[in-house]
Amino acid sequence: MNSLPLLSLIVFTPWAGALLLALFPRLSAGPTRSLALFFSLSTLALGTTAVTGFDPAVTGFQFSEKHAWISALNVNYHLGLDGLSLVLVLLTGVIAPVAIFGTTKTSPQPSLYAALFLFLQGSALGVFLSLDFFPWFVFWELSLVPAFFLMKLWGGPIVARAAYQFVIYTIGGSAFMLLGFAALYAATGTFDFVELAALARAGTLATQLGALGSFWPQIVFLGVLLGLAVKVPMFPFHTWLPPAYAEAPTGASMFLTGVLSKMGFYGFLRLLWPLFPTQLQAAAPCLLWLAVAGVVLGAYAALRQTDLKRLVAYSSINHLSYCLLALFAVSASGRAGDPASVAALSGAVLQMFNHGLSAAALFYCVGLLENRSGGLRGLGDFGGVRTGAPVLAGLCGIAMFSSLGLPGLNGFVGEFLIFRGVFGLAPWAAAVSTLGLLATAIFLLTFWQRVFHGPATGAGVNFRDLDADEIVTLLPLIVLMFVLGVFPQLLARLINPLVTTWASTLPLQ
Amino acid sequence: MTLSAQFLWLIPALPLAAAGIGALTPRSGRKTAAGAAILSLLGAFVLSCFALNGALADPTMHATYNFNWFDLGATSLRLGFLLDPLTAFMCVMVTFVGLLIFIFSTGYMKEDANSTRFFCFLSLFAAAMLGLLVANSLLLLFICWELVGLASYLLIGFWFHKPSAAAAAKKAFITTRIGDLGLLLGILWLQHAGGTLLFYDGGNGALESSVLASLAGQTVAGGLALSTAIGLLIFCGAIGKSGQFPLHVWLPDAMEGPTPVSALIHAATMVAAGVFLIARVFPLMSADLALTTVPVHALTVVAFIGAITALLGASIAVAQNDIKRILAFSTVSQLGYMMLAIGVGSWVAAIFHLLTHAFFKALLFLGAGSVIHAAHHEQDIRSLGGLRGPMRVTFATFAVGMMALAGVPFLFSGFWSKEAILHAAHLWDVSHLPFYIGLVAVVLTAFYSTRLVAETFFGRPRSPAAEHAHENSAAMTGPLVLLAVCAVLLGFIGTPAFPWLQAKLLGQTEIHGHSLFDGAGLMITSIVLVALGIGAGWAIYGRRPRANATARDPLEARAPRLFAALSNRLGFDEFYASTVFRLNDGLAIVSDRLDRHVWDGAVRFLALLGVFTGQVNRDTDEQGLNAGFTAASEKLRDAGKFYSQRQSGEAHGYLRTLAFGFVIVLLLVILGGAR
Amino acid sequence: MSPLQICLIISTLLFCIGLVSALTRSNAIMVLLGIELMLNAANINFIAFWRYGPQPEAGMGVIFVLFSIAVAAAEAAVGLALVIAIYRHRKSVRLQDAVQLKG
Repeated sequence: MNSLPLLSLIVFTPWAGALLLALFPRLSAGPTRSLALFFSLSTLALGTTAVTGFDPAVTGFQFSEKHAWISALNVNYHLGLDGLSLVLVLLTGVIAPVAIFGTTKTSPQPSLYAALFLFLQGSALGVFLSLDFFPWFVFWELSLVPAFFLMKLWGGPIVARAAYQFVIYTIGGSAFMLLGFAALYAATGTFDFVELAALARAGTLATQLGALGSFWPQIVFLGVLLGLAVKVPMFPFHTWLPPAYAEAPTGASMFLTGVLSKMGFYGFLRLLWPLFPTQLQAAAPCLLWLAVAGVVLGAYAALRQTDLKRLVAYSSINHLSYCLLALFAVSASGRAGDPASVAALSGAVLQMFNHGLSAAALFYCVGLLENRSGGLRGLGDFGGVRTGAPVLAGLCGIAMFSSLGLPGLNGFVGEFLIFRGVFGLAPWAAAVSTLGLLATAIFLLTFWQRVFHGPATGAGVNFRDLDADEIVTLLPLIVLMFVLGVFPQLLARLINPLVTTWASTLPLQ
Repeated sequence: MTLSAQFLWLIPALPLAAAGIGALTPRSGRKTAAGAAILSLLGAFVLSCFALNGALADPTMHATYNFNWFDLGATSLRLGFLLDPLTAFMCVMVTFVGLLIFIFSTGYMKEDANSTRFFCFLSLFAAAMLGLLVANSLLLLFICWELVGLASYLLIGFWFHKPSAAAAAKKAFITTRIGDLGLLLGILWLQHAGGTLLFYDGGNGALESSVLASLAGQTVAGGLALSTAIGLLIFCGAIGKSGQFPLHVWLPDAMEGPTPVSALIHAATMVAAGVFLIARVFPLMSADLALTTVPVHALTVVAFIGAITALLGASIAVAQNDIKRILAFSTVSQLGYMMLAIGVGSWVAAIFHLLTHAFFKALLFLGAGSVIHAAHHEQDIRSLGGLRGPMRVTFATFAVGMMALAGVPFLFSGFWSKEAILHAAHLWDVSHLPFYIGLVAVVLTAFYSTRLVAETFFGRPRSPAAEHAHENSAAMTGPLVLLAVCAVLLGFIGTPAFPWLQAKLLGQTEIHGHSLFDGAGLMITSIVLVALGIGAGWAIYGRRPRANATARDPLEARAPRLFAALSNRLGFDEFYASTVFRLNDGLAIVSDRLDRHVWDGAVRFLALLGVFTGQVNRDTDEQGLNAGFTAASEKLRDAGKFYSQRQSGEAHGYLRTLAFGFVIVLLLVILGGAR
Repeated sequence: MSPLQICLIISTLLFCIGLVSALTRSNAIMVLLGIELMLNAANINFIAFWRYGPQPEAGMGVIFVLFSIAVAAAEAAVGLALVIAIYRHRKSVRLQDAVQLKG
């Protein structure tokens, strides 16, 4: 096992596939899809291999690979896997093949589409596995390139604006982060997350940064915070998200919301919290209420959307804000080893996975509605779709109820744990956030009622039901929703020791 | 045979499997789905009987089986199953009533194209409801509680092509979810403060003395005991689910679903889940009773909410015309009675009434379903009438149900359970107000149930549909007869003379009956009140039947404004529409505007700032820095052009120039005086 | 007249003939020939100055000439190849016709 560079394989197999597909730009849809699916599924296969070799009890990094890259700058090619990365790799391994399978065939220029998609997949995986800032940042920024072209070339009517806004906003945010890490490097001479985290734990990181100037620790913290907050997105840096998700093509929306939106919160857990625990703790009471605002206002803004894709996009803001809520509550309390912290953090990690499943499925369903009706996706454009398409209605309904946190489906477990933890740490924030749960139920049920129920009207007349391909696309997601709703242990097993360690060691003071 | 707690999960698992089968069966497999549903519920009924047998063997026991759901920190999140008489009685009732309603549905839904899905949803409901009953953890209970809500949502909106049904389904889900948020907060608080959500866990459970003592000992905002606060939050969930004031508005609308659904879910079982929940956590609700300094006890709130709901539901029912709406408001009112009973401390009376009510209300609903089915979906009692003749079985059984509901003495089960509640309310030492409210509601109940029967079954048919009505098949009348028998017999398991049920529920091994004459004064009072209600109802509606469907109601003629207010359900829906919904919409508009204008505006402003800086930069470069450089470059280019034009391409010219140049160099050398 | 002067006079004559030929003839081959003549005139000078110069024992002049002849041969080869190429292209070797090389 040691001889095989498993993590490099995970990252670079999709890229190899992208390269291969780029060499055959005229390949027809069928073979393209099979080929792309093969390379995309490699992540799931290798991820499962990693699960079998993974020891959850070890809370450090496993399968580590470390090679010198640019020795003059002390930059290393350093990959490593812990429970958090593993969960996200598995999520990528589920979402990406599903999105490729579901959307490649119907896209014009399928070969280019699939190549960009695989490129995107590899970049995201690189972000989840890199442990050195340099390669991490390269992957982080590289992921924007295929995302931009996927949106620009296959997107909706007003996609250009949304795509530019998405890329520029995100790059603008990460510029500050880059600056922050340059300062960190100047102070410490290393880019390695593990070493930096060790310094932070020892308390010397802030001292070393302070040597540059007394305000530098705060500046660097704010820079990194800004970069990540834009990516997540954290309220009020979220305005790029609804147009971007709404205008992106279905497959890209699925991947953006399913996987890319997790990169930001991953960054919070991997970078911001370990490196700046004291600064985060100081800022957390403030940030906590921003997260609450994201939960409540995100859900309420969704109530007013008439565009189905924007509606689902807002629900993403709402769901990711739950993760932030959990982290900030834990950080604000600063109590080591509190069981509430364990619950909140476990919930946040599970929520990442669960939201990926449900949001991707919802985007796929909305994409189907859009495709069948020739580009319509208004709340009022449909009616009574369930009459003609009971299977679509049923599967979409399951995804929806998963998204609104119905027990028995996956969404509940994460949300319950987050609420349980946050209530123990910041009761009022939890109480206010329940409003978000209510609003989520209202807008999702309104969506279902307006589109699927009632007499068949508008584009809902004689709506064609799902064909075999489409059912196969949705089925893995739906099955996982049930399985993880009933047996959350499957995922909890992987992350529990890690999260327990976080809760017991990281908070300072 | 007995069933131990370890295998209690089988009871909900059977209908769940049937739901799975129903979900995967194609639309044409109606018989498969129905058969699986009925067989699974039959199995669950048998298992429930075994469980009851086991529970009655030692009624003091709370047999539990707890297991790890998933790892969480150093410990794990635990769920569990609980077997005690309360669970067992409820399971038997739910499976039995459910079974009869399933059988009834095979007849009622015969013509519906989607009936496969119908049985799938019904089985899902049964599974969730039974799971709720056997849960030994507030979390597991909450999970099933929400699933029950989902099943109810799906079934109310079963005829989804009707916009009113779709809207009613959403209203039910959202309204109950408002209550559920309170319940969720209660759960979270209980978990945080008590450290466990298991009810019974070998002395460490949330309903056991050590945790309860610590909860009652802490004080929170407003001087409330912590247990009171948690109890009230949990009660919020019950308010939503059991249609208590002020969240009762969804229940009448829920009648948009098929009638068997109304019978099973919105009369007999699901709406009683709230009562069951409060009965289950009764130790927690009553933990603060010993405290004298707290401003309010949780149970006091429960009692008053229950009393208000009982009166409200009964009075609105008087002025309704839809046969199912009357029964719906009657359900609201009866659930209020149950809450009242729990509030005054007699949760066993509440459960007794819950059980009897489940049977006679299911009977009434199925009877109404039978009428509706026979009269081609005519539900307005003003258009019915005279069905006594053609529908003998339905009439007879419906009348039994009505008398049980009204509390006709001695023979009918409703009398005994209602009597138990009134007795408990009479003995309550905090206030007598709920007791008097309960008495008023008794009169109203007798009145509206008489009105219902008189309008529907007596007089002449007032519409073509009613004229052509005829009795339904045995699949529908059979369950009616069985339920009618139960509606009579069930009363005798809890009479004051032989309170077997109460004793078992309370875990007493000996049954202390007392003479019927002990509370004779109260009993006579309530008998008189029932007689008054029935007499008035018969006098107004029975003796002079309505002439035609459009004639004014006699009460309406007497007090038009009161009648209008009541038939408009006292304007609760309008009130909510103008307050809660407005607030909700307002918040939505504000957050949307914030997004579109403020946050996005800030981003655009920054972007504009960037563009502006770029413009300035470009202008400076082009106009200032770059100006001289460009000019010089142009000159240089012109010079190059000039030289290139000197090249003619003629070799002789070049040679000539060469020679000429050579000569000049030579001359220069010579003339320059080089040596 | 010393032998050196005779050699110089001959080489001057040769050079002039070559120059006139190069400047006046329109046939490209004749121009090339003229250029060869001028080169040879220079070679004669090299030999003459070496032979009658101060250090006749050092073989410098001969080496210069050898280089010069080699260069002349290469130049003639390239020049003739160019002439042939031009001829192929426009069926003429008149220099006045080949004026495309202007700037």
